[in-house]
Amino acid sequence: MLDNAMIALLGTSIWETLYMVIVSMILSYAIGIPIGVILNITSKDGICPNRPVNAVLGVIVNIFRSIPFLILLIWMLPVTEAIVGTMVGPTSVIVPLVVSAAPFVGRMVESSLSEIDGGVIEAAQSMGSSSWQIIYKVLLPEAKPSLIIGAAISITTILGYSAMAGIVGGGGLGAVATNYGLYRYEDEIMLITIVIIVVIVQIFQEVGMITAKKLDKRLK
Amino acid sequence: MIELKHLSKVYTNGQTKVEAIRDINLTIEDGDIFGIIGLSGAGKSTLIRCINFLERPTEGQVIFDGVDLGTITHRELLKKRQSMSMIFQSFNLLSQRTALGNICYPLEISGVDKKEARERARELLKVVGLADKEKSYPVQLSGGQQQRIAIARALATNPKVLLCDEATSALDPNTTSSILELLKEINRSMGVTIIVITHEMKVIEQICNKVAVIDNSRIVEEGPVTEVFTAPKSQIAKQLILPTNQGVPEAEGFRCLRLVFDGTSAFEPIISGLSRSCDTNVNILGANTRNIDGVAYGQMLIQLPEDEAVTARIKEYLDQKNVKYKEEGLNVG
Ligand SMILES: Nc1ncnc2c1ncn2[C@@H]1O[C@H](COP(=O)(O)OP(=O)(O)O)[C@@H](O)[C@H]1O
Ligand SMILES: [Mg+2]
Repeated sequence: MLDNAMIALLGTSIWETLYMVIVSMILSYAIGIPIGVILNITSKDGICPNRPVNAVLGVIVNIFRSIPFLILLIWMLPVTEAIVGTMVGPTSVIVPLVVSAAPFVGRMVESSLSEIDGGVIEAAQSMGSSSWQIIYKVLLPEAKPSLIIGAAISITTILGYSAMAGIVGGGGLGAVATNYGLYRYEDEIMLITIVIIVVIVQIFQEVGMITAKKLDKRLK
Repeated sequence: MIELKHLSKVYTNGQTKVEAIRDINLTIEDGDIFGIIGLSGAGKSTLIRCINFLERPTEGQVIFDGVDLGTITHRELLKKRQSMSMIFQSFNLLSQRTALGNICYPLEISGVDKKEARERARELLKVVGLADKEKSYPVQLSGGQQQRIAIARALATNPKVLLCDEATSALDPNTTSSILELLKEINRSMGVTIIVITHEMKVIEQICNKVAVIDNSRIVEEGPVTEVFTAPKSQIAKQLILPTNQGVPEAEGFRCLRLVFDGTSAFEPIISGLSRSCDTNVNILGANTRNIDGVAYGQMLIQLPEDEAVTARIKEYLDQKNVKYKEEGLNVG
């Protein structure tokens, strides 16, 4: 039943969802960018080839990527409580969200960086760039458009995970869908939450694509 | 001065080993435009990449102004590379930076402040003739323009040496010529030593003073361009340098004279001289000749007139000019 209380609840849930998604997104990138960069530069054709590092990090990333999110979330409950002091609510969901999304983001970043023309990197090396300078003045800026598209995809994935978290007390739109749509058979509320989620995904996607296109100097 | 001593590079991929360059010994003097010519796969790119240690040689030394690059720290090597720039066949500009931004890049990484870097970059844009393109992105520039920006970028840190790996191979002949002229000008006005890697003899001919011929990972011949090009000794040098009879047709239906320029006659307007001194019109049926340092190479096929007396005069003139010839076509017994 869509009364004022319900509308207020939906409003709060939207904010909770955005809060979870955006904070997780920022933290996932803070961890995922270094992961992606390390995977890229330590690969065989990277600027600092290092097989052991590349292999070990690759395996860790793959392990975390293959654990289904819901299972990871439950498995991590004690860790979550230790970190944020609670096992319920949006803030607590951020922990498993980041653990799950950061490896995913790492792979996205790695793939964006691998699209860069090796010749450009070689030119930078020939000018005496240090590896660090190549990372932040060549790799990341040259991959920027592709990284933004990757971010649009990542944020959609994180939003999907956050909705799942709602089922086990994570709050946000996922919780509304579970509590009203699932347990109380309120189809109308269910539908509304779905529409809201779809709209949010679309907005993130569009903004990402448009920004990437606008920033890409190869397209002018 | 750059000295390469017993330089070798072996690539190892699992079981297979490729010896890309083998025991290379070369000295490049300050102010040289030193050409290294060879066929594809000869080891040219490997050689030039070993010079700035983009590729670490397996054996041997690169001595740049008295410093053995193999013995210095990585940090010192990065510093050295700023006085040893490089340009490439595919330009390799940063696609997300403007022309000006690209030229600023080497200055930024060497710690020059942004404002100063931009001023220097603008000066360099003038040097390469693209002052109006500072805000353009690489994708908006032609190949020749991109290479000019790459040259400006390479010059930003005032290098002593410019390494060019097939820098004109992706460009059309006219653009190639203009880029080569620019390099020559840079060598002359700024005193930058230039090392040019190419598979095209025209490039060497147009700008180099010295040349080394690389074949199968080794240097097979080297010396001043005038010497190597006038009297190539190795098979590969002959193949690369001397024009073949390609493009000169077989004599058919006419009495013809095949003139052979084998390096013993001067390159001069032989045909107009012939017309004038023999008082006849000369019909050229085909030619492939080349001026190498004032000496003519190649072949030319001309039609002989009916008049025997004129034919005799022509032959006399050719003898006098030291041009070898052979009669072909009709009535040749
Ligand atoms: N990174 C590499 N790994 C293995 N083999 C290589 C590598 N780079 C070049 N080679 C080999 O070394 C030889 C010389 O290559 P290169 O120096 O690129 O020749 P060029 O520039 O004259 O065409 C070739 O046989 C090539 O296949
Ligand atoms: Mg090459």
